[in-house]
Amino acid sequence: MRTSIFKNQDALAGLLFMGLGALGFAIALGYTFGTTIDMGPGYFPRVLSLVLIGFGIVIFLKGLRSCMPVEGGWGWLPLALLSASLLLFGFLLERAGLVPALAALFFVSARAGHEFKTREVLVLTAVMSVFAAVVFVWGLKLPYALFAWNF
Amino acid sequence: MEIIDHFVLGFGVALSLQNLAYCFLGVLLGTLIGVLPGVGPLVTISMLLPITFGLPPVSAVIMLSGIYYGAQYGGSTTAILVNLPGETSSAVTCLDGYQMARRGRAGAALAIAALSSFVAGCIGTLLIVALGVPLASWALRFGAEDYFALMVLGLVAASVLSHGDMVKALAMVVVGLLIGLVGTDVNSGVERYTFGLPELADGIGFTVLAVGIFAISEVVINLEQKEAREVFTRNVGGLMPRWEDLKASFLPTLRGTAIGSFFGILPGTGPSISSFSAYMLEKKLAKDPSRFGQGAIEGVAAPEAANNAAAQTAFIPTLTLGIPGSATMALILGALIMNGVQPGPTVMARNPELFWGVIASMFIGNALLVALNLPLVGLWVRLLSIPYRWLFPAIVMFCALGNYSLNNSAIDVYLCAAIGVLGYVLAKLKCPPAPLVLGYVLGPMMEENIRRALLLSEGDLSVFVKSPISLTFLSLSLLLLVSMALPAIRRGKARVDQEEEASAT
Repeated sequence: MRTSIFKNQDALAGLLFMGLGALGFAIALGYTFGTTIDMGPGYFPRVLSLVLIGFGIVIFLKGLRSCMPVEGGWGWLPLALLSASLLLFGFLLERAGLVPALAALFFVSARAGHEFKTREVLVLTAVMSVFAAVVFVWGLKLPYALFAWNF
Repeated sequence: MEIIDHFVLGFGVALSLQNLAYCFLGVLLGTLIGVLPGVGPLVTISMLLPITFGLPPVSAVIMLSGIYYGAQYGGSTTAILVNLPGETSSAVTCLDGYQMARRGRAGAALAIAALSSFVAGCIGTLLIVALGVPLASWALRFGAEDYFALMVLGLVAASVLSHGDMVKALAMVVVGLLIGLVGTDVNSGVERYTFGLPELADGIGFTVLAVGIFAISEVVINLEQKEAREVFTRNVGGLMPRWEDLKASFLPTLRGTAIGSFFGILPGTGPSISSFSAYMLEKKLAKDPSRFGQGAIEGVAAPEAANNAAAQTAFIPTLTLGIPGSATMALILGALIMNGVQPGPTVMARNPELFWGVIASMFIGNALLVALNLPLVGLWVRLLSIPYRWLFPAIVMFCALGNYSLNNSAIDVYLCAAIGVLGYVLAKLKCPPAPLVLGYVLGPMMEENIRRALLLSEGDLSVFVKSPISLTFLSLSLLLLVSMALPAIRRGKARVDQEEEASAT
């Protein structure tokens, strides 16, 4: 059975590891290598990157032979929504305050679920905002403004 | 007796009102979150890590271990009531526990699970005391090269024995080691892999990595699947186990404890292999093996005991050598380091109140677990019916707030999102996340020790072979690697993995 490389679980993993290793090696070229007696900051990273590339090649070759496809589809949409909600939260927390940041987080992340009911998310946002305000701002005394406007 | 003095000291620390409260809070929160469907112990612990950071180290570790027990036990509760294991270690509990629940005996199954966990936890703690002290005094003689070799052994064992493909696990270790290098190099002051960001000078935060790798990717994976759960909320049945149940569970509990304690000490094996082996052993020993899978009480008691004993004895290498055996222990170790405690052989001499206080709190934590769980089962059952679409945004909120609150910096939240993407891709490609976290935690220590060893030996690589301790560790690592390359053993392991997977679904 032939599986396209883009669906081949091991081949993809191998490529990813090779890429990470190459990236690690390229960046580490900027650090002094040193000698085995007195290792420089570049010694360990470069050796590790090469080992990683090696493992990547082995996994890639194994993948070409075994042809195991990736199980299930890729959940790019939920992944993108969750990441976006985290980014929005980080962006809004310092600029608009805790409550708007949480509202953005809940409304964006909840879209990743199978069902999205506006009223439910509203209630969830309200309850969790009160909870977060009580625990983090009042309880743990973290210096967050509930609402702010610093754009 | 010296040991009694230690216990007096330990219980003195653990029984202080403050630490008792943190232990209770940890067990409560751990169970509360661990019980939620689709939230395993790793997610629970990484989510709750940030709240322990403001505490004094002893209280922080006591609370974390409480969270750890709670999360472990919470996983068994979901296994029994929903047939949904929190992590692979409770997959075996599903087999008979869920069948008992379907026959209206969920209460008895939950009670036996709690009691056998308690017994196993207490015996496991005694083992920590019995083995930890000599192990630590032995490890005091380790030189830098021995430490390096020990870490190699720990990482190799964790990848070889972990579930799935060994080469991928090894590659994940290396990725973890590289991520651990991010930040300022201690020896030269050079900033490595920081991309010029001053926020990265101290390295990628431990919680940022743990939350991204475990929590975010697990939420996305859960969201890929449709929600389909059958929860026993109505008929839990009598909580008090019958006398026959207790009698039937007694020996399986002890056997499970023995198996679990053995596997718990070995790096990389931990709870899942031990609960699986304990179950197989009971099935072999039973007069009527066909009862297994139909709601046999031994099938709940033995794996639960094994699971908990392994969870407990996993503390031995973590606390005494500073080498975590599992991903969860890596989380605890990382938390210890963040709290300014460097675990290792010197921890007992330098922080006796920490070591013995934590040991004493293990007894208290296990007792609290039983005391808390049996009366509160009704509440846990109701928590189980919370739909996932309400839970996961709340999980994301905890991840975001937790990461932000560590340094009050949005960069940590952005980084967490990025690591979440990486974690998800790796999880989809069936690359196990646990070795990565182990590598991350051990990376800086490994580099430090190899540099020191080679500096002292003036660049002579034979130092790793000349020291008998280092030689032993390195040969063991090599042996493990070679043995896995042998086809017969590899096939055997593939079978075990398959059976484990079959029992998980």
